[in-house]
Parts: sequence; structure tokens; C-alpha cells
Amino acid sequence: MRVVVDYDLCESNAVCMGIAPEIFEVRDDDFLYVLDEHPPESMRAKVEEAVQRCPKQAISIAED
Amino acid sequence: MDRSHTTLVVGASLAGMHAARTLRNGGHTGRIVVLDADRHTPYDKPPLSKQVLAQGWGPERLTLPAVDEELDLDLRLSTRAVGLDLDERTVSVEALAGPERFEFDTLVLATGAAARRLPGTDDVDGVHVVRTLDDALGLRAELEARPGRVVVVGAGFIGAEVAASCRALGLEVTVVEALPVPLERVLGAEMGAVCGRLHVEHGVDLRLGTGVDHFDTVPGEGGRRRVVGVALTDGTVVPAEVVVVGIGVSVTTSWLEGSGLTLDDGVVCDETLLAAPGVVAAGDVARYPSARFGQSLRVEHWEHAVQGGEAAGRRLLADLRGDEPQRFDPVPWFWSDQYDRKLQLAGRPAPTDHVEVVHGSTEEFRFVALYGREGRLVGVLGMNRPRHVIQLRALLDDGASFDEACARAATL
Ligand SMILES: Cc1cc2nc3c(=O)[nH]c(=O)nc-3n(C[C@H](O)[C@H](O)[C@H](O)COP(=O)(O)OP(=O)(O)OC[C@H]3O[C@@H](n4cnc5c(N)ncnc54)[C@H](O)[C@@H]3O)c2cc1C
Ligand code: SF4
Repeated sequence: MRVVVDYDLCESNAVCMGIAPEIFEVRDDDFLYVLDEHPPESMRAKVEEAVQRCPKQAISIAED
Repeated sequence: MDRSHTTLVVGASLAGMHAARTLRNGGHTGRIVVLDADRHTPYDKPPLSKQVLAQGWGPERLTLPAVDEELDLDLRLSTRAVGLDLDERTVSVEALAGPERFEFDTLVLATGAAARRLPGTDDVDGVHVVRTLDDALGLRAELEARPGRVVVVGAGFIGAEVAASCRALGLEVTVVEALPVPLERVLGAEMGAVCGRLHVEHGVDLRLGTGVDHFDTVPGEGGRRRVVGVALTDGTVVPAEVVVVGIGVSVTTSWLEGSGLTLDDGVVCDETLLAAPGVVAAGDVARYPSARFGQSLRVEHWEHAVQGGEAAGRRLLADLRGDEPQRFDPVPWFWSDQYDRKLQLAGRPAPTDHVEVVHGSTEEFRFVALYGREGRLVGVLGMNRPRHVIQLRALLDDGASFDEACARAATL
């Protein structure tokens, strides 16, 4: 699984970071950084939750 | 699960669509009918007061993701529920083709809320609310005609966002607020004043502590009237070609009167969102007892409607499978975008709570403030500090003390 963020949509509200801080981090420059683009399968439920919760529909999962 | 089992979802917006998706993905193999009075493909509401007005976003950018998923939903638009019979287990509707009745085994109530209007303005053109896509498109069309001044009645979140969108379009804006401080009931006087200053810094003519006495009108098209000014209770008149009324919402429960459900500013549910056997409610319309806050809550936030829809779906699945129902009691959280600022509030502070800025400065409109009550952390407010808010929000989940939260904030 690959985590894809559409940065044109992302508004850095850090919702995803609240759900999976291991993968998503909003830094002091107010930009979102994906720390792990290829998270382990064990993280899938968390990533899916972030996909659902992102108010901007900016996150998607691509299958490798 | 029984394939002949029918679930009816009334309201195809955020809560309803998330409930439908949760049911289907959770193994509901029967029929799922979702109906909505609105004529548009189910859409997301937050952009209506923001990008739709200020950036010209069209309906195609607002579609809720569940619409494009293969959930095998029977979606009926332009279909308004007008009555519920719990004994017969039917919902009667007014559809374009006429009246109809839908049978159900289980029912999701997700009819949300409607914008409140000022009395006596139904026949006045130029006076708007912003709740539906048609509302937003109608307002945008009038803003595109470059009115000389827009008057926004109510400095709540919707009013503030509309004001910011109008300023982004370069329009002159007056905001009229009956309270002496904007958002005082939600944020308290100190933080409400910061929000008021934000408007003034962006060139808004902010009138506090005054209400609308009446609208000045001239004869308009088709026997209607057209607004030309807003007369305030302090005696002044503000000329206005367009007025936007943002004075809150009322829950959409009139169609449930006499159904036997308990209605009290919302559909009254138990702590698992169950309103009656096989009947759940979610989103803006649902009222439920919160153990976390020790009071009954009805919440009008985006994420709460997502979570509530999911919880309502799971609640029905629990019955169908014989599982233990789960409590619904999340920490409410929302955001509001105004000008170039993002406001985020987690928790449920009261105006009487102690408030302390723990990071940044309110002068720069970049800060985090904590709300405390009896030594406990009860709220986190941030302006352009999303990372801090999200991290401190976790402390609300854990029921942290105010001191603990201040110490944690210092490390962020
Ligand atoms: C302009 C605007 C901006 C917002 N911005 C933010 C924001 O920035 N952040 C945030 O956290 N929240 C925001 N919100 C709040 C958030 O959008 C709502 O909390 C959320 O939409 C609630 O979802 P819901 O499904 O419960 O109700 P609603 O979205 O109100 O949907 C109810 C649905 O039920 C339908 N319906 C009503 N009556 C009937 C009937 N009798 N029969 C059939 N269908 C019916 C309606 O047509 C509607 O589609 C905003 C809301 C608005 C209006
Ligand atoms: S939740 Fe969505 S919008 Fe918010 S920071 Fe993450 S990707 Fe960006």
C-alpha cells in the first residue's frame, strides 16, 4: 500500500496526524509531511480512517 | 444477514451517507434506501460558505466520496420524508412523482438542521441563508453582480466565513451581531474578542451589541420586495444590496412530530444513538447523553456527523449480529476558515471557563489557548496552529488536568 496525498487539496489541518502520527506530520511550517509512504499492512485500518476523516478528501491509498 | 432486510436512511448528507457506507461495508446484504429532499447529488457543506463563494468551486467538487463507491445504495433525491409510522414501519414521502411510502426494518434518521431565517423576509429578494448548495449558488450569483455592500447578520461561524469570503472578493462588508462580543457563548469573551478583531483587521465594519430592527425594501420583481438597507435597533441604517443571515439553525424534526419518538431540540437517543428499537439518529439532528460532559449533547460539526453516522450504522449492525452495542461519546472538534486563518476548537468550553494562551500570541492571530474548569482541561482553541490543537486534543480524550495540559503545551 502506498499513501498518496493531494497537496493541492490538503489544508494542513492535521486531522490525519491525530489518527496516525507515525505516518502523517504537520510541521511548524504548516505543511504536511508523509513520514512513511509505504506503511506496513498492519497500519491499513489507521490509514483508511485518515482517508475517511480528512475533511478535504486529500488522502488516498494506492495499491503497489 | 437476511437479504430481504431493508434499511431506510432519511437524509443523504454527511451523517446519512456515512451510516449507509458503514452498514454496507459492515455486511448489510439487504436493501439500503437513502432518500433526501435535496435535488443535488449528496455534497459536502463546509465549502459552501468558503470555496464556493470565494473561489468559484462548482458542485462537482463537493460530491461526498460515498457516492462514487460501489455501495449498491438505492438513492432517491428530491424525495422529502413527511411522516413516520413506527408501528407499520413505514416512512411516507413527497417525491416529484407524488406521494409514496417506504417500508423499513431498520431506520437511520439523518435530516440534520435548517438555517433559521428572520421572520417576515420570505418575500424579500436579496436576503440569503447558507445551508444548502442552492443557497450558496444563489448567493454567489448575487455576489458576482458586485453589490455595493453586503450585510451579514450574525457573527457566528457561518456569518464570519461568509464575511471573509466577501472580503476575499473585494466587497464591502458590514457584520451585525446582537452580542457585545462575537462567539461569546462558544469561545468566551476574551477569545470572542480576538475573532472580532480579526474581522476589523480585514476591513469589516463590525457592529456589536445591536440587532436588526427591520429591512428597508423597494418593490421588486413579481410582486416581491427587494432589500436596500438594514435598519438596526441602535437607530442606524446600513445600506445593503445583499444580506446574509447567519443566526443559527433549527433541527429538522417537524416531520417526526406525532411519531412517538421523543423530540427535544433534536431526536432524543440513548448513549448508543438508538432512538427506538431498530431506529437510530446521527449528525446535527441527534441528541444523546454524554457521560464525558455530564449533559445531553447535540453537536453541529463535520467530524461529529461522520463519526455519528458510522456509530449509528454500527449500532444497527450490532443488533443484527447480536453484538454488544457501543457507547457514542467522542470529543467534539471543528474548524472554521476565515480570511487566511484557520480556527480549530476541540472540546466544549463554557463562557465561564478559565482560559489561558499557552503558545503564540493573539495579536498575531497565531496561538493556542486552553480552557480549564475545576482544574480539568475542557477545551483547546487554536488559530493557525493545527498541529498543536490535534496533539492537545488527545489530552481531552484522556481527561487530563489543566496543569498537565499546560505542561504538555510547553513541550510542543
Ligand atoms: C455553510 C456551512 C459550513 C460549514 N462549515 C463547517 C466547518 O468549517 N467545520 C465543521 O466542523 N462543520 C462545518 N459545518 C457543519 C457541518 O457541515 C454539519 O455539521 C454537517 O453537514 C451535518 O451533517 P448531517 O448529515 O447531520 O446534516 P445535514 O448536512 O444538514 O444534512 C441533512 C440532510 O437531510 C435532508 N433532509 C432534511 N429534511 C428532510 C426530509 N424531511 N426528507 C428527506 N431529506 C431531508 C437535507 O436535504 C440534507 O441533505 C458547516 C455547515 C454549513 C451549512
Ligand atoms: S487530514 Fe487531510 S487536509 Fe488535513 S492535513 Fe491530513 S491530508 Fe491535509
